[in-house]
Amino acid sequence: MIELGFVLFIIASTILLGVWATKKSQSVADFFVAGRSVNVFWNASAISGEYLSAASFMGVAGLIMKNGYDALWYPVGYAAGYLFLLLFIAGPLRRFGAYTIPDFAEGRFHSPTFRKIAVSFVLFIGFFYTMPQMKGAGTVMMGIFPSWQYWYGIVIVGSVITFNVALGGMKGITIVQAMQYWVKVFAISVPCFVVMSFLGSYNENLGQALAEPKGIPTIPGSVVSMKGKVGAPNNALSLSTAGETMVKFETDSVLTAISVIPKPKSGDVFDAAGSINAIGSTLDISATSKNLAIPKDTLVEVKPFEVTSKERKKSKASLKFEFETPSKIRVTAPRSQNDGDAYAPNAPNNEKWLNPFGPLTSKNGYPILYTYSLIIALVCGTAGLPHILVRFYTNPDGKSAKRTTLWVMVMLGAFYVFTPMWGSLGRTFMPILYASNTTDSAIIKLPTILGNETLGHFLSGITSAGAFAAFMSTFSGLLVSMSGAFAHDIYGKIIKPQSSADDRKNAFKYAAVGVGVISMLLGLMVESFDIALMVGWAFAIGAASYFPLLLLGSWWRGLTATGAATGMLGGGLLSLASIITTMLIDKKYISLEISPLTRSLMEQPAIWGVPLSITLMVVVSKLTAKQVPPDVDTMMLRLHAPEELGHSKDYIS
Amino acid sequence: MDQHKASELSRRMMKKQLRLSLSVASVFVVILVGLPLINLYFPELARTGVGGFTLTWLILGVLFFPLTWILSSWFVRGTERIDADIVKEESN
Repeated sequence: MIELGFVLFIIASTILLGVWATKKSQSVADFFVAGRSVNVFWNASAISGEYLSAASFMGVAGLIMKNGYDALWYPVGYAAGYLFLLLFIAGPLRRFGAYTIPDFAEGRFHSPTFRKIAVSFVLFIGFFYTMPQMKGAGTVMMGIFPSWQYWYGIVIVGSVITFNVALGGMKGITIVQAMQYWVKVFAISVPCFVVMSFLGSYNENLGQALAEPKGIPTIPGSVVSMKGKVGAPNNALSLSTAGETMVKFETDSVLTAISVIPKPKSGDVFDAAGSINAIGSTLDISATSKNLAIPKDTLVEVKPFEVTSKERKKSKASLKFEFETPSKIRVTAPRSQNDGDAYAPNAPNNEKWLNPFGPLTSKNGYPILYTYSLIIALVCGTAGLPHILVRFYTNPDGKSAKRTTLWVMVMLGAFYVFTPMWGSLGRTFMPILYASNTTDSAIIKLPTILGNETLGHFLSGITSAGAFAAFMSTFSGLLVSMSGAFAHDIYGKIIKPQSSADDRKNAFKYAAVGVGVISMLLGLMVESFDIALMVGWAFAIGAASYFPLLLLGSWWRGLTATGAATGMLGGGLLSLASIITTMLIDKKYISLEISPLTRSLMEQPAIWGVPLSITLMVVVSKLTAKQVPPDVDTMMLRLHAPEELGHSKDYIS
Repeated sequence: MDQHKASELSRRMMKKQLRLSLSVASVFVVILVGLPLINLYFPELARTGVGGFTLTWLILGVLFFPLTWILSSWFVRGTERIDADIVKEESN
């Protein structure tokens, strides 16, 4: 139980450090913005610590393992998004001297109504971003203790962080997050080097894949746990087209459907009749079976078959099983093929994995569109996350805000460069994770295959602690920004404007507890959702709402409150709606036939959402040009003039 | 500060800052837009082997990070110089 020791250590040190920092945090400004006394290095550590979430720590490596090259855009976009933040937003936002984005929204346009809209987006994005953190906490705990239930991890992490935030506010967590950045960098890098010293370096692994374009990792016949329907779309077993596969059902199972993979296009000619049969059983199974109950111990054999397209091109196809019930299966091959080791189901071949426009971006048939939309979502979304933006107020001035951003980019790059290493190690050495659709856990499980059990548990303990640090720090950041929105914006500006600073401090504490409890409840509901998918929602909404607001608000005099609000609502809500619709289709809650192009645009809405939001802002602002604040030049001075000229203004000093 | 002077100063300042931001951003955008295009139109070039990596993997998975550091330090240096100039001009 070495892993448990590491996780407990991280939890205990988080509490102790939080309590210690709280003793030093007395004033109200300390509470909300850490007294602006945090220096560049520590502030950059804290921003990085807050930003590197469960999705970054576990999800990115898992996505790269699953999808290869295309998924490299995730770590790059997550880190490079800060460049846009640096170039256009960091300095002005800090100089404007507002606490929160809603402060900016109201201060820039003198519009209390706009504040309310801006607050609602803090909460929207915040809650969407908390759900994947909670899911991470639940699943990591289940991974460490197989007997634990999903909600244990959520309640533990949720309560510890809520306690810390309610007690210490921003100052309490700044130091904790700064420390957690270093925990995470240590946890992703050191075990990676140790694992590579056993299994071979990054370029060796990739080089092997490069040398063998058609290669697919093989798995020895160990038992694989399949998720049932609740796990959709991660409940599928797509058998390899490279060779024969035998699937033995170790439990009674129900398959929702069997279908041909890759999905046939119109005009394709093939004969799947002989592709599947149950050995020594009278079970009626075919390539088109639906709602099929398969008794325990059934052995099914699947053979790839040839497909001829309308253009007379020949290719191989095989079958895909979708599991209705959670099941255990054993995947093998006939003795004559790879000594009985099956090609890993769900795994793309080396060529597709290693090269651009592989399974992730090509799945709907518009790879270049998908790639660009993903890039826009990541780059613009990073510049629109309220819990990160709120951190820029803890810099003493605009100059240090920019320097901090530069350091953040260095720190994030140093972290993310390791994620593809884990992904490529996972592909070569733990292909079994493809079959069970759990590539997310590669970083936790890889160290355990080193052959040296103690060292393996020790390293896996370090990576588990890193994963814990990841969702704890991101969740604390989200909790601070959401509680801040309640205490500062909703209570302090809308409900009771005459409240004293201490009243607001108390409101913050109550809000923290309330938001913490709601987040835990939401976390319980999302067990079957993909971590990376949920984070994608938050990014897409941020990219189409806050990013255009901050960009145009800082640089364009003509922006009006009505224009900005229309753009935020139009772009943000439409993006949100299209993402949720795609998700509901994937989960089979609704059935809707949409063309592959529409599907691509709905799944990755940034490519139209961001331009839509900006266009709406510009057009509506032009129409309502009378509303441009008369003191817009003073505003621009506040946003851009160096502090030495004395035009900046702080809300609370 | 009167309206006219505020307007003149803010425009002068923003113009300089924006020009710098846009030049750094344009280099970055060219790279972001260009890499997928190279992958699309010159797949053989993208797949060239470099010490086990393919060229395009080496660029995106490894070299991209230091590249953003270079771009951002270029910007930070430039923007601090612009700020210092403005302060000097105004205090004269």
